[in-house]
Amino acid sequence: MTLDGSSTVFPISEAVAEEFQKSNQGVNVTVGISGTGGGFQKFCRGEIDIADASRPISASEVEACGKSGIEFIEMPVAYDGIAIAVNPKAAWADKITVAELKTLFAPEAQGQVKKWNQVRASWPDREIHLFGAGVDSGTYDYFTEAIMGKAKASRGDFTSSEDDNVLVQGISNDELALGFLPFGYYEENAARLKLVPVDDEQADNGGGAVLPSPDTIKTGTYQPLSRPVFIYVSKKAADRPEVQKFVEFFMTNAETLVREVNYVGLGPEIYGMVSDRFAKRHTGSVFSGQNTVGVTIDQLLSKERAQ
Amino acid sequence: MRKHADLIFQMVSLSALLVALAALAALVFDIVSDGAGRLSFQFLTSIASRNAEDAGVYHALMGSIWVIALTGALALPIGVAAAIFLEEYGSRSGTARFIELNISNLAAVPSIIYGLLGLGLFVRLMGMGQSVLAGSATLALLALPVVIMSTREALRTVPNSIREGSYALGATKWQTIWNQVLPMAMPGVLTGLILALSRAIGETAPLITIGALTYIPFAPDSIWSKFTVLPIQVFNWVSRPQPEFKANAAAGILVLMVLLLSMNAIAIVVRDRQQRRGRI
Amino acid sequence: MTTRTLEWIIERALFLCAALSVLTTAGIIAVLAIETYEFLREVPVLDFLTGTEWTPLFSNQKFGVLPLVVGTMLVSSIAMVVALPMGLLSAIYLSEYSPSGFRRVVKPVLEILAGVPTVVYGYFALTFVTPLLQQVFPTLSGFNALSPGLVMGLMILPLVSSLSEDAMRAVPQGLREGSYALGATRMQTALRVVVPSAFSGITAAFILAVSRAIGETMIVAIAAGQQPRLTGNPFVPIETMTAYIVQVSLGDTPQGTIEYRTIFAVGMLLFLMTFTLNLISTWLRERFREEYA
Repeated sequence: MTLDGSSTVFPISEAVAEEFQKSNQGVNVTVGISGTGGGFQKFCRGEIDIADASRPISASEVEACGKSGIEFIEMPVAYDGIAIAVNPKAAWADKITVAELKTLFAPEAQGQVKKWNQVRASWPDREIHLFGAGVDSGTYDYFTEAIMGKAKASRGDFTSSEDDNVLVQGISNDELALGFLPFGYYEENAARLKLVPVDDEQADNGGGAVLPSPDTIKTGTYQPLSRPVFIYVSKKAADRPEVQKFVEFFMTNAETLVREVNYVGLGPEIYGMVSDRFAKRHTGSVFSGQNTVGVTIDQLLSKERAQ
Repeated sequence: MRKHADLIFQMVSLSALLVALAALAALVFDIVSDGAGRLSFQFLTSIASRNAEDAGVYHALMGSIWVIALTGALALPIGVAAAIFLEEYGSRSGTARFIELNISNLAAVPSIIYGLLGLGLFVRLMGMGQSVLAGSATLALLALPVVIMSTREALRTVPNSIREGSYALGATKWQTIWNQVLPMAMPGVLTGLILALSRAIGETAPLITIGALTYIPFAPDSIWSKFTVLPIQVFNWVSRPQPEFKANAAAGILVLMVLLLSMNAIAIVVRDRQQRRGRI
Repeated sequence: MTTRTLEWIIERALFLCAALSVLTTAGIIAVLAIETYEFLREVPVLDFLTGTEWTPLFSNQKFGVLPLVVGTMLVSSIAMVVALPMGLLSAIYLSEYSPSGFRRVVKPVLEILAGVPTVVYGYFALTFVTPLLQQVFPTLSGFNALSPGLVMGLMILPLVSSLSEDAMRAVPQGLREGSYALGATRMQTALRVVVPSAFSGITAAFILAVSRAIGETMIVAIAAGQQPRLTGNPFVPIETMTAYIVQVSLGDTPQGTIEYRTIFAVGMLLFLMTFTLNLISTWLRERFREEYA
C-alpha cells in the first residue's frame, strides 16, 4: 500500500502506518514525501493509493484525476498551523504582521529585500536569511495564498526545502534566520526555535498578534495561517480490504496519534463525519476551489450534508 | 642557516601530515562517542521509526546487502571479461587504447552523474523503476572501471611461462586463460572486486538520484523491490534536527564502517594468501 | 561447433564486455544531451550560462545557473586551499624525509581517510565542524560553505598526497643524489630538484583533486544548504550544482517537465567541467610518464 505527498502530513501518516503495521504484519505500507503537488501527480496517475495533502485538491488536479478515471474520497485528518519561527537569539522579533510577511516573501522582494530593517525600521540593519517549505508542498501553496493572496506567488531566493527538518536545522543554527514551517514541526523542536506571533490586523477575531497553539488553531483565532490537512483515498484502492482496514484504523486512532506528533485533532464529532464519508464512499471534494482561509471544517462538511 | 631552514621545513611538512591524521582521529572519536552508545542488537534488528529510540537499521542493512550482492554479481563477470579482453587479446590496437581511455575517464566521473544515467536509462527508459535492480545496475557501472583495472593488474602478475607452457601442450588461447591464467589471478581479481564493492556500499548520491526511498518499512524481497540503503538512512537521520537522531546517524555510520572495514580486511587477507602461494 | 569458432565467439563476447565502457560513456553523454537539448529549446543557452538567478522550481522561473556554479566553486576553492598545500607537504615528507617504517604505517591510514564514505564526512561537517566554527565565528550560519569546504579538503588530501608522492618517487634517485653530492639539504633538493621534475605529475594530481571536489555531493548536500546565491561569502547558506540535483531527486518531478530537465542540464555542465579537467590531468600524466621512459 502506497502513500505519498505532503511532508507536513508525513509525520501523521508515518505514525499511523507504523502502528498499523504492528498489528497487521503482512501489509507493507510505504510513505513518501514528494510534496503535496508531487503526491497529487502520482495519485492522479494511479501510482499511489493515498495522497497526503496539506491543502485541498486543486481544480486542475481534480481534472487530471477525472481524465484518468481516478475517483477520490477526501478526508480531512487534522488541523495544522503554519508557524513563523526565528532563532531563539533574535530578541527583536516580537511579532510580525501579515503585511510585513508579504513585504518579505512577495515576488517583488526577490533580490531586493535582504535586511531586517527593510521590513520594519526598528529591526536590525543586518541580513535576513529566509527559510520556507518547498514549492511542491501544500504548506508553500497555503502560505503564499494566505499571505500574498495568490498561490505559489513568492520570491525565489530563499532556502526552500521539501524536508521540513532542513528548515528547523537552518533556523535553529542561524541567528539571522526567519522561516515558515508547519506548526507540528515547531512543537517537536520548541527548544531550538522561537515562535513569532502573527497579527492579521483584523479586529473581528482576537485583536493583536496571536501565537499558534492547539487552541488558537482549532478555534480559528490564529489567522490566516490555520488550515486543515487531508488524505485523499483512491476509491478503487478502498475496495482492497487492507486499504479499508488502514483508513478505518486511521480514523479510530487519529485523535491520539495526531496529538502525539504535535498536530491538532479535529475532535470526535468531525472524525465521525469524516469516517462516515469514507464508509459511504462519498467521492468528490468539498474543499476544492474554496478558499479555506478562515473557514472551519465542520462548517464545510455540514454544508455538504445540507446539499 | 640552511640546516635550520631544512629542519623547519621538515617540521612544517610533518605537521601538515599530522594535522590530517589528527583530523581523522577527531572524526573517528566524534562518531564513536556519538554513536557507540546507541549500538545494540535492537538497533540492528529494528526498522526505521519516528521515535529515535525505536528506530533501527534493519531494513537499510538488508537493502545494502541486497544491492551490493547484486552489484557484485553484475560487475564481476563483465569486469573480468573486459579485463581479459584488454590484457590477453587487445594488444596495442587503436580500439583497445580507445577503450582504455574510456575506462580511465569513467573512473573519474562524479558518482552523481552515474545516478543521472541510471535515472534516465534504467529507471525510466528500461522501465526498471526504483528497484534494487536499477540501483545495482547503476552501481555496477560505477564499480566496473575499478574491477577492470585491478583485474588487469592481477592478470599481469601471472608469469608468461604459464601461458607458454599451456600453449606448448596444445591448449587454445581461451583454454589457457580459463584453466591456467584466471585461476592464478583469482585472488587479485577478488581483492579488486571487494575493494570496488566497499566503495559502492558507501555510495549515496547515485542511489538518491534513482529514487531509493527514505521511509521503507520492509526489507527487499526481490530485485524489483523498492529499497533503501545504509548511507541513505544515515543521511535521513542526519537531516533530522532532534539530537536523538544524531546518535542514530552516528551508530548507523559505525555499522557502515564495520561492514566496510571487514570487507577491506577480507580483501587484504585474500591478497596476502595469494602472495604467500604464488611463487612459481 | 569447432574449437576455432568457439574461440572466435568467446573473443567477440569479451570484446563486447570491454566495449561496454564505451557504451557507458556514450550512454552518459546521450542521456545528458537529450534532456539538455530539450531544456535548451525552452531556455536560451546564454541565459542559462550567464544568468544570475536560479529559481526553476518557483512560479517565477529563472534559469541562470551561475549561483550554483559559484556555490560549487566557493566550496571547492576552500577545499583546495586545505588539500593542495597540506597534501603536497605531506607527500614531500613521506617521499623525502620519512623513515620507511613510518611511511608503512601512515600510508594505509591515509588510504582509510580516502575510503570513508562521503556521507560520514557530511555528518562530521554538520555536527562537529560547524558548531566548532560557530564558537570562533558567532555569525556563521548553520548551513554555510566554510565547514563543508574544510571537510572536503580533508577528504581530498589523501588523493593529492598519494598521487604527488607517486610522481615524486618516480623521479630517479640519481637526480637526488646528484643534488646531495653538491651539498644541498633535503629541503633544497626537494623544492628545487624533485618537485620541479615531478611537476607535471603533481599538477595532474592537483587538477584531479579539483575535479573530485567539484563533483562531490553528500558533504555539501548535508552541510552547505539549499539556497542558490551568488556570493563569495563562506559564512552563509549556498547551493552547489550537485546539491541541487539531490534536492530535486528527493522530491518528485515528473519526466518531461522543464524542472526535470534542469537536473540534466546542470548534470551536463558538471560532466563537461569534470571531464575537461580529467582529460587535462590524464594528458599531463602521460606527458610526465614519457619524460622518464
